[in-house]
Amino acid sequence: MSDFDAAALRRFVELFADRIHERRDELTQLDSAIGDADHGINMDRGFNAARGKLAELDGSDLGATAKAVGMTLISTVGGASGPLYGTLFLRLGTAFGDRTAVAAGELGQALRAALDGVRQRGKAELDDKTMVDAMSPAVDAYEATSGDGIGAALDAAATAAAGGRDRITPLVARKGRASYLGERAANHQDPGATSTTILFESLRDAVAAG
Amino acid sequence: MKKLMNAADDLVDEALAGMTAAHGDLLRVIEPNVVVRVDAPRQGKVGVISGGGSGHEPMHGGFVGTGMLDAACPGAVFTSPVPDQMLAATKAVDGGAGVLHIVKNYTGDIMNFELAAELAQSEGIEITSVVIADDVAVQDSLYTAGRRGVGGTVLAEKIVGAAAEEGQDLAAVTALCQRVQDNVRSMGMALTSCTVPAAGKPTFEIGDDEMEVGVGIHGEPGRERRKLGSADEITEALLTPILDDLPFSSGDRVLAFVNGMGGTPLIELYIVYNKVAAMCAERGVTIERNLVGSYITSLEMAGCSITLLKLDDEMTRLWDAPVHTAALRWGA
Repeated sequence: MSDFDAAALRRFVELFADRIHERRDELTQLDSAIGDADHGINMDRGFNAARGKLAELDGSDLGATAKAVGMTLISTVGGASGPLYGTLFLRLGTAFGDRTAVAAGELGQALRAALDGVRQRGKAELDDKTMVDAMSPAVDAYEATSGDGIGAALDAAATAAAGGRDRITPLVARKGRASYLGERAANHQDPGATSTTILFESLRDAVAAG
Repeated sequence: MKKLMNAADDLVDEALAGMTAAHGDLLRVIEPNVVVRVDAPRQGKVGVISGGGSGHEPMHGGFVGTGMLDAACPGAVFTSPVPDQMLAATKAVDGGAGVLHIVKNYTGDIMNFELAAELAQSEGIEITSVVIADDVAVQDSLYTAGRRGVGGTVLAEKIVGAAAEEGQDLAAVTALCQRVQDNVRSMGMALTSCTVPAAGKPTFEIGDDEMEVGVGIHGEPGRERRKLGSADEITEALLTPILDDLPFSSGDRVLAFVNGMGGTPLIELYIVYNKVAAMCAERGVTIERNLVGSYITSLEMAGCSITLLKLDDEMTRLWDAPVHTAALRWGA
């Protein structure tokens, strides 16, 4: 497996944008049950803008590309998802620095930095029933398998994200809009953990397609 | 879905264009979607801005004008605005005396305002923020995102806007806003859901004989679903937790605000107000000022919220001070 470069990052963002668009109504439906019925709409708007931003950029600079995606998300998504997904990509960008490609271990460090950024911005911990519950096990699984190469590690990460998403469905939410519902939020799948799982699946598939 | 609209994607932009056409004497709209008082910035005056998702009209854009907000940042429907908007608003109203951000307590609003405040401060503008979190339906605990900002926001914007208008400095205006927050409590209920235009269908289904109690302002489900009651029973279910929470006690002077959620006629709000007045009288709480109408809404949702603010002399004086906005106007 080759290193993760700007071309792979572009494929990842574009594939994620496609899948968010395809599953926009599903995400909004999940958000209607325990939130305010806008998650799919907002993510679709933001990642469509990010796709447009990528078309304007022609560099092979991995860090600058990730940062441009992050800034675009912060400026276009709104809600909680804008700052959270924006921070995720900004931290990836900072970790990538001015490199044009990173190896498996460095990609793991970047994903860890992104997770830390999301946690700081949203002040969410494990079991609060948020995107952190999908992202945290994904990053753990990536790190545990990164010795086997990027492809294998991303495969493990995507599986772990989905596991995290499903694990928290029975829980009562402690952060975000769903927390206002108290017990009524239990036994509903979390929209943020769902979009984060799609993110890791897109990352896995975009790298595999390279 | 039946709505007066052309296209869901254009809804906010077209509404803002309409506001500009209707109220060009009070406000203008600048990029990226910021409603700014027409004479901003005023040199030496503290700027007061707020913002939040669209769909709550007249809040916040309808409160931009003399004696209230200097700018409002409308996001997409029920979606907090982006930091670029609050940064543009802050710069547009900064008259050198600093800018207060009035933020409703929702995770997204908090994060986007925080990002904007960091950016504005890095450009040398003094920023303070007060978070409004007045909804007693939500427990303020480690296990929730904290109380939501609801009806108290309208009262805070009016009172704080008046203080800024008369020349109070940033520290005083900020402390006053916090004092309003500390003394205001609200609770809401819904008879129907509402339809986010881009989603195309109602956020929740509800039977003809049911109601949602403890709702916020985003068409979301509330704390619990109950059998529909009479107006008096509903008012009691909302007002009792409010009275008990602060608590409001005998001898207190209050501003009582009965708010419609967008789809409830004024005649029903007066029925609610009648019961509010009776319950306050029973408790020895004096309603010194009131506001009845739909000022913080959830699109076409039917239902109401009740807000009580414990007044002091300064708050009462500032509530009475002249205001001239699209939605509230007296003395000016």
